[in-house]
Amino acid sequence: MSANPTIAAIRFGFGLSPHIAPPANAAAIMAALLGPDPVAATFPVAPLTEVWPLAMAEAQLRRDSKLGAPDTVAHYRAARQQNRIMAAQGFVNILQRAVQSPDGFRERLQNFWSGHFTVVAKQAVFIGLPTAFAEEALRPHLTGRFADMLKAVVTHPGMLAYLDQNSSIGPDSRVGRRKGRGLNENLGRELLELHTLGVGAGYSQTDVRQFADLLTGLSYTPKQGQFRFDPAAAEPGAELVLGRRYGGEQPARLADIFAALEDIAHRPETAHHIATKLAVHFVSDTPDAGLVTAMTGAYMQSGGLLPSVYEAMLTHPAAWASLGAKVRQPFDFMAASLRALGVAPEALAGMPLVFVVRQMVGALARMGQPFQRAPGPNGWPEAAAAWIEPQTLAARIQWAMAVPGRIVPDLPDPREFVTAALGDAAGPGVKDAARQAETRREGVGLVLASADFNRR
Amino acid sequence: MINGGFEAPLSRRVFLKSSALIGCSLAAEPFLTTMTLAQAPWDHRLVVLILRGAMDGLDVVRPVGDPAFAGYRTTIAEGDAALPLGGIFALHPALAPLMPLWHAGQLGFAHAVSTPYRDKRSHFDGQDILEAGTGMDVPVAAVRDGWLNRMLQGVPGLTAQTAFAVGRDEMKVLMGPAAHASWAPDARLGLSAQSRVLLERMYHDDPLFRDAAQEAMALADRLDTGGGMGAPVAVPAGAPKPDPLAAFAAERLREETRIAAFSINGWDTHRAQRAVLHGQLAGLAATILTLREGLGPVWKKTTVIAMTEFGRTARENGSGGTDHGTGGVMVLAGGAVRGGKVYGKWPGVAESALYAGRDLMPTADVRAYAAWAMRGLYGLDTGVLEKTVFPGLDMGNNPGILL
Repeated sequence: MSANPTIAAIRFGFGLSPHIAPPANAAAIMAALLGPDPVAATFPVAPLTEVWPLAMAEAQLRRDSKLGAPDTVAHYRAARQQNRIMAAQGFVNILQRAVQSPDGFRERLQNFWSGHFTVVAKQAVFIGLPTAFAEEALRPHLTGRFADMLKAVVTHPGMLAYLDQNSSIGPDSRVGRRKGRGLNENLGRELLELHTLGVGAGYSQTDVRQFADLLTGLSYTPKQGQFRFDPAAAEPGAELVLGRRYGGEQPARLADIFAALEDIAHRPETAHHIATKLAVHFVSDTPDAGLVTAMTGAYMQSGGLLPSVYEAMLTHPAAWASLGAKVRQPFDFMAASLRALGVAPEALAGMPLVFVVRQMVGALARMGQPFQRAPGPNGWPEAAAAWIEPQTLAARIQWAMAVPGRIVPDLPDPREFVTAALGDAAGPGVKDAARQAETRREGVGLVLASADFNRR
Repeated sequence: MINGGFEAPLSRRVFLKSSALIGCSLAAEPFLTTMTLAQAPWDHRLVVLILRGAMDGLDVVRPVGDPAFAGYRTTIAEGDAALPLGGIFALHPALAPLMPLWHAGQLGFAHAVSTPYRDKRSHFDGQDILEAGTGMDVPVAAVRDGWLNRMLQGVPGLTAQTAFAVGRDEMKVLMGPAAHASWAPDARLGLSAQSRVLLERMYHDDPLFRDAAQEAMALADRLDTGGGMGAPVAVPAGAPKPDPLAAFAAERLREETRIAAFSINGWDTHRAQRAVLHGQLAGLAATILTLREGLGPVWKKTTVIAMTEFGRTARENGSGGTDHGTGGVMVLAGGAVRGGKVYGKWPGVAESALYAGRDLMPTADVRAYAAWAMRGLYGLDTGVLEKTVFPGLDMGNNPGILL
């Protein structure tokens, strides 16, 4: 099959919308991606400079309130509520971008990279951290070089906190000797295994250890949450990672860590790993070998320039095979549902907090994708079968039947909605169901619950 | 530990509402009459718990009598009152609620066990190998089914209800061609009769959606129509809160289900292990006690095995935690096990005895214990276990873990 607008919208975006024209072809998708990014400002999210003080304030007030004075309890509750409201607004605005943006590919990429570089809030007070991390470390580099994204990732407190880098201290460093502290391998291992080379690549436990040694010194100020490179915590001496020597300067330098990240980013294993993950995420759980080869080649030739890799994917015939090989993940399903219904920005912005938490965020958890809480640093599974199980499919059906009608007061005629939601991808089964439903609510629910809509 | 503050995937409140619904007999329901005609060929129950994240076996069953051990753990276990198990071992204090089971011979451990996975210490590969039940000679990506599923493939006359994956985690250990059921106790549908017919028709030609929906509807029916027939089990004051997944699993195991599998996550204690592991083990104790309560008379025919992808480093790391290791501990519980004992050959934890100078040296394959459990419970042939269920495994001598 060749490029067509329905596939462009469904496979590479958040689906069709009655108000937004789908991209005509690969060139249109790329043009939007390489243009400006207005929705980031239209639907803003809280930056780290806001998230961190709120977290600190809540944690402090909780400690104070445990000491017992009655007004501190009230203050603590207020701080906690403020933090929850900020997080719920962040969720709604991330959803808004997916629902309202003409440049759906950018939002899909943002989700892809947020999974590739998973960050989870390890304590409830840091609920805003994953959003700030994705906005600051990933979004500016969606259209840049992978190596630059990688550097932004390892210098953001979100990742440093999630993978324990802040508590990894060179045992023979000044801080290590004084406090008797030592190494934590977590970030070093996941950088090689998940973020760059991939677990099948030829690296050893010694490489992990040496890389973890090299990464010591990456940390942040605990009170302000500002990145800092602390040479006093860096393990002295040079490290040998994948056969190359780094560091050894006194004092230790961030530049040596960056040099290693540049080298690792440019290795063919990394190119293959990133190309495969993108192809699996967007096109098929078992992607065409030629597609992956083309993307890997584009990565190597461009020096890891991500738009070249995306373009190699979008211009390959295998990227335009007929729809249905993959299943929309729950967030995509929810966003695509609202997009197909043409929900106005005001309707989403006006959702009460309790509704957002129970019917949206809570529903994602019941569908198997608790928001920003991937089960581990490897992010979300890709296989279709991992997402469609009795209990998680039940949650999709339940949401499709009950929730859209509470956001959109006038649900569309299900017979027209089939076409609005699926275009020429609607099969006869879903058209029949839409025609025979007893109510508008159920008809719309059936279209959204259909396999045609849940696949992409 | 990880709590984003939003509604948890399995809300305790929702469960408490639904536990009233599942605490009753299901036999009167029309849906079940066809199902219950097919009897499972076995009477014994097997519960497989996958402890994801790598449980620190050296902290759970501590080799306090090994002279080298004390030097490795200076902050993690400092000053807490481990419970003597006899010999060189002592139990983590958070498992105190299980001590009556230990004394009754219904709780045991196998120490210094591992899968054949070595050196890369990746959680994800480690769990895949644990659940695939293969050796390192087979590429993990090539394995499409889990060892529990391969065991079921060889047994005639099973129904989908014989084996149950509980909860929202993917359970690769049960995946594969042999039919099995899966459900989370908080799922609901709420469909009109017409919508249901249309949904079934719409899914008819898509096996992935059709099969999942059929099972969802069948299970939702059972739970929805059982209202008012029972009340949640009363919990004595001070007892750990019951685990909803375990309660649901027990309910199924008292009916026609014989095998249940589910996950307990959160064992990756890179930092603050003292606090984190305490909470994890309290949860594990609650799971086992909830199973015992829920299984009632069937507990005496039950074997619970809890396994993890690998152990953790012998030395604590720089942040009050431990990093990924190799040898670890398997937990055995139930009325069918010969407990009150720590099984296995102890390799010692002196520097020279450690694997790669950092991890507990495995002296037995965790699959061998699982294989002997299945042989004891279901009479499976050693050849089938060593060739099909766990290809390439040498089961060795019978350790005698079952009564």
